[in-house]
Order: sequence, then C-alpha cells, then structure tokens
Amino acid sequence: MKLKLNINNKFYNTNIDGDESLLDILRKIGFKSVKKGCDTGVCGVCSVLINGKPTLSCQFLAARAQGAKITTVEGLGKKADKIVDLIVSEGADQCGYCGPSLVLTTYAMKKELKDPTVEKINHYLTGNLCRCSGYEGQLRGIKKYMGVK
Amino acid sequence: MMKFKEVNHSIPKVDGRGLLKGASAYTDDLAVDSALIVKLLRSPYAFAKIKSIDIKKALKTEGIECILTYKDVPRIPITRAGQSYPEPSPKDKFILDNYVRYVGDEVAIIAGTTEKVVDDAMKLIGVDYEIFEPVLDFEKAIGHKSIIHPEKEIYTMFPMGLDAKNNIACSYMDTMIVGDVDKQMKESEVTVEQRYFTNAQQQVPLEPHTSTAFIDVQGRLNIITSTQNPYHTRRIIGEALGKPQRDIRVYKPRIGGGFGAKQQVHNDLFTAIVTLKTGKPSKCFYTRQEVQENTFTRHEMRFDIRLGADKKGNLEVFDMQLLSNTGAYGEHALTTFMVAGSKLLPMYNKAKHLRFEGKVVYTNRCPAGAYRGYGALQANFAVESAMRELAEKLNMDPTELRLKNCIKEGETSPVFSVMGEGGEGIAQVMESCKLDYCIKRGRELIGWKKKYPSKQIAPNKIRSVGTAIAMQGSGIPLLDMGAAVLKLNDGGFFNLLMGATDLGTGSDTVLSQIAAEAIGVPVNRIVITSSDTDTTPFDVGAYASSTTFVSGNAARKAGLNMRALLIEEAAKALKAVHKDDIIFEDCTFKSKFGGESITLEELSQGLYHTFGTDMKQLIASGSNTSPKSPPPFMSAFVEIEIDTETGQINILEYVAVVDCGTTINPNLARIQVEGGILQGIGMAMWEDVRYSKDGKMLSNNLMNYKIPNRKDVKKITVEFAESYDPAGPYGAKSVGEIGIDTPLAAIANAIYNAVGVRIRSVPLTPEKILTGILEKDSTK
Ligand code: FES
Ligand code: FES
Repeated sequence: MKLKLNINNKFYNTNIDGDESLLDILRKIGFKSVKKGCDTGVCGVCSVLINGKPTLSCQFLAARAQGAKITTVEGLGKKADKIVDLIVSEGADQCGYCGPSLVLTTYAMKKELKDPTVEKINHYLTGNLCRCSGYEGQLRGIKKYMGVK
Repeated sequence: MMKFKEVNHSIPKVDGRGLLKGASAYTDDLAVDSALIVKLLRSPYAFAKIKSIDIKKALKTEGIECILTYKDVPRIPITRAGQSYPEPSPKDKFILDNYVRYVGDEVAIIAGTTEKVVDDAMKLIGVDYEIFEPVLDFEKAIGHKSIIHPEKEIYTMFPMGLDAKNNIACSYMDTMIVGDVDKQMKESEVTVEQRYFTNAQQQVPLEPHTSTAFIDVQGRLNIITSTQNPYHTRRIIGEALGKPQRDIRVYKPRIGGGFGAKQQVHNDLFTAIVTLKTGKPSKCFYTRQEVQENTFTRHEMRFDIRLGADKKGNLEVFDMQLLSNTGAYGEHALTTFMVAGSKLLPMYNKAKHLRFEGKVVYTNRCPAGAYRGYGALQANFAVESAMRELAEKLNMDPTELRLKNCIKEGETSPVFSVMGEGGEGIAQVMESCKLDYCIKRGRELIGWKKKYPSKQIAPNKIRSVGTAIAMQGSGIPLLDMGAAVLKLNDGGFFNLLMGATDLGTGSDTVLSQIAAEAIGVPVNRIVITSSDTDTTPFDVGAYASSTTFVSGNAARKAGLNMRALLIEEAAKALKAVHKDDIIFEDCTFKSKFGGESITLEELSQGLYHTFGTDMKQLIASGSNTSPKSPPPFMSAFVEIEIDTETGQINILEYVAVVDCGTTINPNLARIQVEGGILQGIGMAMWEDVRYSKDGKMLSNNLMNYKIPNRKDVKKITVEFAESYDPAGPYGAKSVGEIGIDTPLAAIANAIYNAVGVRIRSVPLTPEKILTGILEKDSTK
C-alpha cells in the first residue's frame, strides 16, 4: 500500500506491506539512526518521536504513522548538540548503538518532565537499555542537561 | 605521578558525536539495498541426523536465489573461535553438516530478494530427521551413550585431550601441580571444601551479529561485518571455503558492542558462500532470537574448591577442580578453562600447595564461546565465595584474610610459568600491583568498618556489605601481536592505521592519544582508521584485554619511529642542524641553539611539494608483542539490602577500586569498569540461560532474559589506584574485562553476611535466599 510519511518535517512517499513496522520503513527510506535491537519492544534503540512522544518504532505499524509527525535524531539537528556533548564529555558513549534513541528520548524528556530528579530521569529512560556503559556516565551527562544536581 | 600531554586526559571519543547523532556507521547501515537477504533454516531438535532434505519446492519460490544444504558446501572442519593460529580450539564444525547438535543448529542457508520471500521458501523445505537422545546435563556428558561428535574429520591443532567418543572436548590433568595438595589438606588446621556452579550468560550486544558480502571489481570477496577480529575472520572464512586469503577482504565498521560475542565467526560464513555462489551482494542480520539461541554463551562451569590454612589465616592449599560445558561445539573450550585457573591461582600466591585440573565436555546445548571475564569470572565466584567461607571458619575479617594472602608488588607466582592460555605460560614478576591499596581504599569508600557484616534496619530489612577481589591479564603473552602504521600527510596531520578493533570500547580514541603522545603532537593531528584487512596492519583483534596494552604499545612504537623520521627530515630542511639538536614542540621544529624554525605543516608541504630530490612519503610502523601480560587488579565492595520476607535484594552501592596502571583516558576507563560491573551484577542477579527439558532455549529474547536497566542499581562508584606498569604504553595495563569479575561473589558474600545463607550457584535469586532462610530457621 502507498503511504505518505512526515519525517523530520519533510514528506516521503513510500510503498509498504500492511504488516511492516515503522522501524523497517524508516531504515529503508534511509534514516539509519533508528536501530533494530530486540524485535520485542524491550531495548529502546528503535525509539523515534511521534508527535513529540518517544515511541518504539519496532512495535508501531508503518501504516499507522500516516498523518503523524515523526522525528528522528537526524531531525533534531543542532538541537541535539548539547545533549550529545554532555554525554560524550563523560565518555559515556561506548558502542553508540543505544545513542541516537537515548538522545532523542532525553530531548523529549526535557520538554515533558517538570521538576526533574534522578529518580524521574531514570524512570523516564528505563526503556532505553544500554549494555555497554553501566548507565552511570550517561546519567552524569543527562543530569547536567536536565539541570539536576 | 607522571605528567603527560595527550594520554591520561579524558578527551571525548573520536567517534562519539557522530554515533550519537545517528551516522550510518554499522554493518547494516552500510549494506546495499540490493543485497540478498540470507536466513537459516535451523534444527528443531537438540540432537539428530538429517536423513533427507528436500528443497525442490522451496527453490521454486519467486525471488529465491539459492538454497544450500550440507551437500552444497565444502566439508572442511573448522573452529569459529576467532583465535590465534594454530587455534587452541577443536576443529569440530562444518559450515553445514548432516548432524545437528543443538536446537537451532543450521540446516540450510536460504537467500532471496526479500525477507518475506525467504521466510516463505523456508516453510517449503522438507527435512526428515533421525532423532537421538540429547546430552543436556553437562555432569552426565562423559561416557553418555550419545556421542555428539562421531564424525571422523574432527581434530585439534595440538594435543589438548580431545576425546570425542567420551564427549570430552579437552582436558588438562597432572600439569598444574605445585607441592602436595592432598597431604597438606590433611595437615592444615582450617580447611574449606565446597562445590560451586555458574550458569551460562548471554553477552547481549545491542547490535545483533550482522554481515554483508559482495564481490569487488577485482573479483574478490568483500565482507563488512560486526567482528572483533577481522584478520582471524578472514583466515577462518578462507579455510572454511577453501579459498586463498588473498581473495578475501574483511572490513570492520562501527560495532554495536561485542563483549566476546563477536570474536567468533557466525553469519559471515553464510553471506560469503551465498555471494560466491550467486555473484550477488548479500546480507544476514540476526534476529535477537538467533543472537540468543545461535551465537555463543558464557561457559557453564562446576568448581570443586579446596582451601587449607593455618589458624592465623596463612593460606597453604589452593586446589581447583573444574568441569566446563562447551555445548555443541568446542570454541574457546580449552582457553576459558585455563583462564579460570591462571587468573585466580596467582592472586593468592602465598599458598605453597597448588593444583588446577579438569575437563571440558560437549553437550547438546547452545555452544559456549568468548565472553568478557572468560573463565576468570566463573572462577572468581567459586574462589571468592570460598575465601569468605574460610574467613568464617577462621573467625577473621574477610578483607584481612585477603590482605594477608594476596599478591603484592614485586612478587610472583609459580603458576605464571606453568599455565598460559592453551599451553605453557611465561614467568613474570608484578612490576605494578596495588591490590592491597585497592582493598584498603575500597573498605573506606564503602564504610566497611561500620557496616560489616550487617545491620538490621527494620523488622524484615537487613543491610549488609560483601567483598571480592580480582585479577585479569593484559593480552596473551607472545601470542597476541598488534601493529600500527602512521602516515604523514600533506597538511601536517597523520593517518593512524590500526588493525586493533574498536567495538565500542573507545580504543580508537585511546590509541590515537598514545600515538599523539609518542609523536609529540596534539591528538587532533591524528585520524585513525580501524580496521580493514586490505589497508590496516595485522592485529589479533579485540579480546583478552589486549588492545590498550598490546596494540597501544604498537601505536607508541610507531609514534616514536615517526617522531624520529620527522626530526631527521626537519634537520635536513633546517640545514646545518644536527638531528640531535632539534627540538620539536608545539608542532614546530627548531635548533636548540636558536635560529630558524619550520612548522610541521611546512615540513609536510616541503616533503610532498617543494623539497625537490628530497621529496618523500613519511611512513612509520610499530609492531608489538610482549612476554608480559601485567594483570590489572581490583577490589569490589557491595552494599545490599535484603527483604527477609521476600528474599528480594536491593543493590545500594557497588564500589570498585581498580589498578589498571595509567588510565590513558580516565573517563573511558571508568565507563569500561562501570559497564563491566553492571554486566556482572546482571549475571549475579537476573541473567539466567534456561532450557526446556528437550533442550530448547527458553530465555531466547529480552523479555525472558532480563539485562539490567538503569533503575536496577542505585550507585556504582569507581576509583583508580595510582599505578604505573613499566611494560605498558605510558604505564597502562588493561581495563576491559576486570570490572565484570567480582559481582557474583561480592553479592553472594553480602547475602551471607546479611542472613547467613550461603548460595553456591548463580543467579542469586530471591527463591534461593528464602529457601536458605527457611532451612536455617527450621534447623534452629
Ligand atoms: S528494537 Fe528493541 S525496542 Fe524496538
Ligand atoms: S553504548 Fe553500547 S549499548 Fe549503549
């Protein structure tokens, strides 16, 4: 079936099978920042923003994305820089596979969380798994971004 | 402390910004759209023989390009281990075979234009199996009536005790013996004799194993793959396909984590053969289920530990008997086994009566392979638990027992020369060892004196502390070799070409820092490429905690050589200045007597454009291998809270004090330790590889196999001891593995300190704790 997707404020026309996930379509179109990690909605590396809300694109049918605003880290452009710099300055980016989705989710969290605390941050990001870093370094960087001591 | 300009600084990772902003950098990002999709038909049985296989119908599916069975592939026994040559693992695997030895073993390779086409075709393949009784319990493998490897081609490249008829992949007996263990056990005043089990564990790199292949314009097979060791991969693919290495190129892009999982060769064999048969590009991206079920796990192990000491706590006997489960194939069977002994016995070098021996058996389970910690982690659980049990009998503080018996700077152990990895070892003296400092400092950080052993904080809540110590190595002595090439460019910057493999560890950054330090330029003058068998020099790859130490020294040597070349050419350019009188500072060369100077840019321009007959390319290289493998050391202290009604554990803080010599990049070193600790905690607490009674893996996705999330541990604190190892590049030792070793024992010991329950198998589940509490109560 034919589909028109709004990705990072640009329109893309594409052809999909009814059961294809948004993840597969985004990667096909060329948004390679969106990763595939687990197939079961656990790891979070496929996260994108749909109308500003972090969403697992592996669990989201592409067909349902018509009419929605989809944002990937490519679409954040310079708005991602501060988060990125704070994480890399802690050395907390290891293999980087969890990175783009973490940056994107953190960006959404900043908009959404009132009075952030370490507990709230960790809760918000629980679904963003990282196997390399042990989370501590990411937290050090993200705390600075969120203005949490 | 020594002062450095480039190393020992926390610069950001060279690839960090690019990766976080989503650059196309991993294997699947680089595969061409036209690549055929490769998938595997896998065995539903744990042990069976393929009586017949019919692919005719499947081949007719539109879009199917090829289907291969065991009849269509070369029958050459290989090992997929990805180790140095001659390989220390049995050659017991064919690309495809008519025997399937565990649930998920490959039966057919299917390639087609889309995933759907391939899935459809797969359903049309008819296989008739003769089913055998599988060997699922590794304690019953030896002498079982089912022989897992009856094929006659199986062999080893040197003697390692392979006895396929008895399901023994290798054995190591009567060699690592010092003194008289049995006699001394009778004489020692205090003894401990216990059995411990460690289960398998999954590495779970978030990027699944991915491989893509194509034929280049010179007709050569190119493979882009998520590998930790491109050179071994090239050699193994060549061997399996009967093709000269000259015709194969292996390129490693960015890797989404490995932890040992990507040391072995998996789907490269399938993309390679599909592309060779069809002439078309192909790719294979494993599902998470395949990563869990069909790549390798950590080796399951059983330890029998015997310790003997005098009343004052002087250790006299240290005996370890080991049974290890390598699953269906023998990758890393011998070497993980050896490491279990060689990284633990020397740590308590005061004992005079030592023994280490045992066997590694085949079973019809998912094969075991390399995983960070690599035998040392399993042994750490057994030995560090047993040390706590000994402390109990001695009525001694466990940290004092360790301080009394652990290895110290300037000391050695007879074990170093007897045991290496796969064969004999090489004697070495600890030129840097701050283990005693690490123990004392860790004790302070956790507040041991106040908190040990435990405190009741509510009617059903107890807080306690536990400890363990660890040692690893820094590469494999005189087996690991790494090389570096530095090329000066027009513009005054350098390409650093490394065969060493950054799989997310940050080694590209660390190696750039080392090369920059050696040349005497800022690190932003270095552009690193790693790794590609066509353009970067040889390196064994990223395993055995080797990169910083082994490849780092290669980068340092190449840097020093480049510096010498630069100074020689600068002296010529500055005329009448002898090279010994040149000062190179701030990227400028001048005579120490003053006068003219020339910048690095000017020199490079001259060499490539204006020096007439003196024009030339500057290239320097460095190779490194070492008879030494200076161990990093670590102390760990954990504070937990136990709910005595539910058995639930809450990890409040994990403290690590690490001696890894100079930290080349302190931030990256710290994250390596923090990440290792959390993986170790994962294994201690939740990660459990489980099978059905027919041998099917149940924990085959991330819903059934829980890895830690960011709420699971409250706090991890890492400190580094001030330490300098003269053999390391600028004093550095390794740091990649040491973090993962201690959590099993440290947490098990903390549980004991809280409720007096000794758990001798991991994971340390609430059920085991509760059962222990109930048993204790009933015997009161
Ligand atoms: S791929 Fe893991 S949650 Fe989507
Ligand atoms: S950095 Fe590797 S998974 Fe997070």
